[in-house]
Amino acid sequence: MGRLQTHPVVNSAQEVMDAIEESGHDEKLDREMAWTNAINFEEYLQEWMCLACSHSSKPSKESRRDGIKMNTRGLRSQLKDSVPVAGLCPQGAYGVQDTLRSGFTSVKNELLPSHPLELSERNFQPNQDKMNFSTLRNIQGLHAPMKLQMEYRAARQIQRLPFLQSSNLALDILRGNDESVGFEDILNDPAQSEMMGEPHMMVEYKLGLL
Amino acid sequence: MLHSVKSCEPQTGGFCFENSRRNAVLESSLSEFGYQAPNARKTGTTIAGIVYKDGVILGADTRATDDMVVADKNCMKIHYIAPKIYCCGAGVAADAEITTQIMASNVELHMLNTGRPPLVTMVTRQLKQMLFRYQGHIGSSLIVGGVDVTGAHLYSVYPHGSYDKLPFVTMGSGAAAAVSVFEDRFKPNMELEKAKQLVRDAIAAGIFCDLGSGSNVDLCVITEAGVEYLRSYDKPTMKGKREGQYRYEPGTTAVLTKTVTPLSLDVVNESVHIMDTE
Repeated sequence: MGRLQTHPVVNSAQEVMDAIEESGHDEKLDREMAWTNAINFEEYLQEWMCLACSHSSKPSKESRRDGIKMNTRGLRSQLKDSVPVAGLCPQGAYGVQDTLRSGFTSVKNELLPSHPLELSERNFQPNQDKMNFSTLRNIQGLHAPMKLQMEYRAARQIQRLPFLQSSNLALDILRGNDESVGFEDILNDPAQSEMMGEPHMMVEYKLGLL
Repeated sequence: MLHSVKSCEPQTGGFCFENSRRNAVLESSLSEFGYQAPNARKTGTTIAGIVYKDGVILGADTRATDDMVVADKNCMKIHYIAPKIYCCGAGVAADAEITTQIMASNVELHMLNTGRPPLVTMVTRQLKQMLFRYQGHIGSSLIVGGVDVTGAHLYSVYPHGSYDKLPFVTMGSGAAAAVSVFEDRFKPNMELEKAKQLVRDAIAAGIFCDLGSGSNVDLCVITEAGVEYLRSYDKPTMKGKREGQYRYEPGTTAVLTKTVTPLSLDVVNESVHIMDTE
């Protein structure tokens, strides 16, 4: 028994010493460079989150949604993201189509956005982030966007309960939005919206139970 | 009970496109009956700017139109952005107003952040990035002019986000009339009085030759030393005084004959009603 146990220890030490002597640092460096260049760091982050993080309050359902948003490119993929759950749960009270707000039901209405700016506005912040991250990656290397994205995810978890509007101060500071004023600060301020969400439904949605 | 999944997502601020479909349906169905959707109030403007020896002079007319009706006879089209940077706005009045206000706030925040006075290029860059983001749906064309540490600069920004850097610029519906005056008489490094007169003439050309511009001429002179905002610098459309009296004196026409016919009136009925005055 003792012999069986010592064998692997001796062997692995021997292997390590052999590896150091034979290959030297160049091959290892080459392999690491190849890995760095080939990596898709978004996927890597997803993997890392699922594998290494403790249970966050948002289960994998939310991260999948994030993944779809991050990969939007072109109208078709944007449209895929914007297809509402129509027919099954139409908007409006009592489950009936709200004709006053959204017009008559038609296939075109459900597939296409109602205004040319709607899609680009909804995806503006994610697109800006993607552009900034890829520039940062090209300039400073892979570690910079990865560190920043970790910070974003940490900051995004500091929120109030789902149906209450949180100030997002940490997230704003990280993004640099605390130094500028735009239409999202003036118009349609969520803190002053007249409707509050259904608390139970929103908490269930956030926990993925809905 | 809200059934849709969308309402569970956190709300964000900014533009809400909820009613755009309804508006499109209403417009198309109402136009069959001859009704029109209400139009945004445009300024129908002449704005102009030149770079002269010591700085920048911006000029604007003061009429705001609502289609074919004058909505405001004396509106201010030269807006403050920074202590030495001003901006003239043409196009949809509300868009120009709100854009310049947002720009002024952003410039103030930027100034506090960096601790330096702003550059005119910074204002132009932020403006064009914002206007491009909204793909021309924000219908405001702007002339940004000011003096900063690098000198005097003048930019014109179009609603879709393009810009020009020139020694003289004009925008608005009266731009063609105003630029013709500039093209004729502009020289680099003019003196202050001649430059003011030139801008005034350009705006007056817009006021007289364009239906969308009118009323008074506002000027704004920006130099290294400071800003001089000349509201109503000139009123070319003031009603003039009549040269002479056009009434005829009594006795101008000679009297030839005179006939008097008295009308006799008899009292037919006389009744007194007492009113309750309490």
